[in-house]
Amino acid sequence: MTVKDIATLLDAKIICCEDSLGRELHAACGADMMSDVLAFVKDQSVLLTGLCNPQVIRTAEMMDMVCIVFVRGKLPDENMIELAIERNIPLLSTKHRMFTACGLLYSNGLHGGATN
Amino acid sequence: MSNTITLKYTVSSDDFTRAGEASSTVKSKLKQMNLPPEIIRKVAIAMYEGEINMFIHANGGEITVEISPTEIVIVLEDKGPGIENITQAMTAGFSTAPDNIRSLGFGAGMGLPNMKKYSDEMSLSSNVGVGTTVTMKVFIK
Repeated sequence: MTVKDIATLLDAKIICCEDSLGRELHAACGADMMSDVLAFVKDQSVLLTGLCNPQVIRTAEMMDMVCIVFVRGKLPDENMIELAIERNIPLLSTKHRMFTACGLLYSNGLHGGATN
Repeated sequence: MSNTITLKYTVSSDDFTRAGEASSTVKSKLKQMNLPPEIIRKVAIAMYEGEINMFIHANGGEITVEISPTEIVIVLEDKGPGIENITQAMTAGFSTAPDNIRSLGFGAGMGLPNMKKYSDEMSLSSNVGVGTTVTMKVFIK
C-alpha cells in the first residue's frame, strides 16, 4: 500500500509532501499518546492520531515513520507543516474517526506489524 | 580522542514546540555520518525521550552528545527538582507528569524505561532539589 492509497481509502486531504505519495507502507499504528508510540511501536510506517501538535511530527521523525494521518478532521498548523516538509513526512487529514480509519486500512490489507 | 565529536545543546523550558530540536539535529548528523539506521534510531528515541523529560519535569537542561568510532554517549543534565524514588520512576507506567502534559501526548510513564530500553547502558543519578543526570551509551561496534 502506498501513501496515495491511504489517502484514497480514507478520503483524506493531502496537506504536504505530495512528492512522497508513492512511498510504500507495510504496517500502521493508531495512538494519541506519543509516549506509547515511542515505547510500543516498531517498524510501523504510518501513524494515525487525533493529537495535533508539533511533537507528533517529531515522534514520527524519531521512529522513521513514512506518513502521518490526522483523524477526526484535525488539521496541523503552519509550524507542524513546516516541520513535516523539512523531514519529508507526508501529512494527511481524514474526517473519519480513529476506529473507522484504522478499520478501513486494516480491512484493505494494512496490518499492525510487529510489537516492540 | 581526536576522533570524538562533541555536541552540546541547551533545552529550553518555555517552548513546547521546540522540544525535540536537539534530538532531531543529532539524528540528522548521525545520518550524515552514515551510521547504521538501527543505531541512529536507538540514539534518536532515547535522546528524544530524555529531551521531552527535561522539558516536562526539569525546566530544561543541557545535553552533551559524544560520538566516537565505538560508541555514542548522551549525557542529560538538569537542575530540576530531582527524583525522589528512582526505582518508582523507572517503573513502566509510573508518571508524575501533570494532566496538561498528558493532553500533549506525553506522561504515560514510559520515558525512563524507554530510554533504558533503547540505550545499551544507562546510569541515572539524582539529588532532590539539586537535579538529575542521565548518561546513556549506544555502542556502534
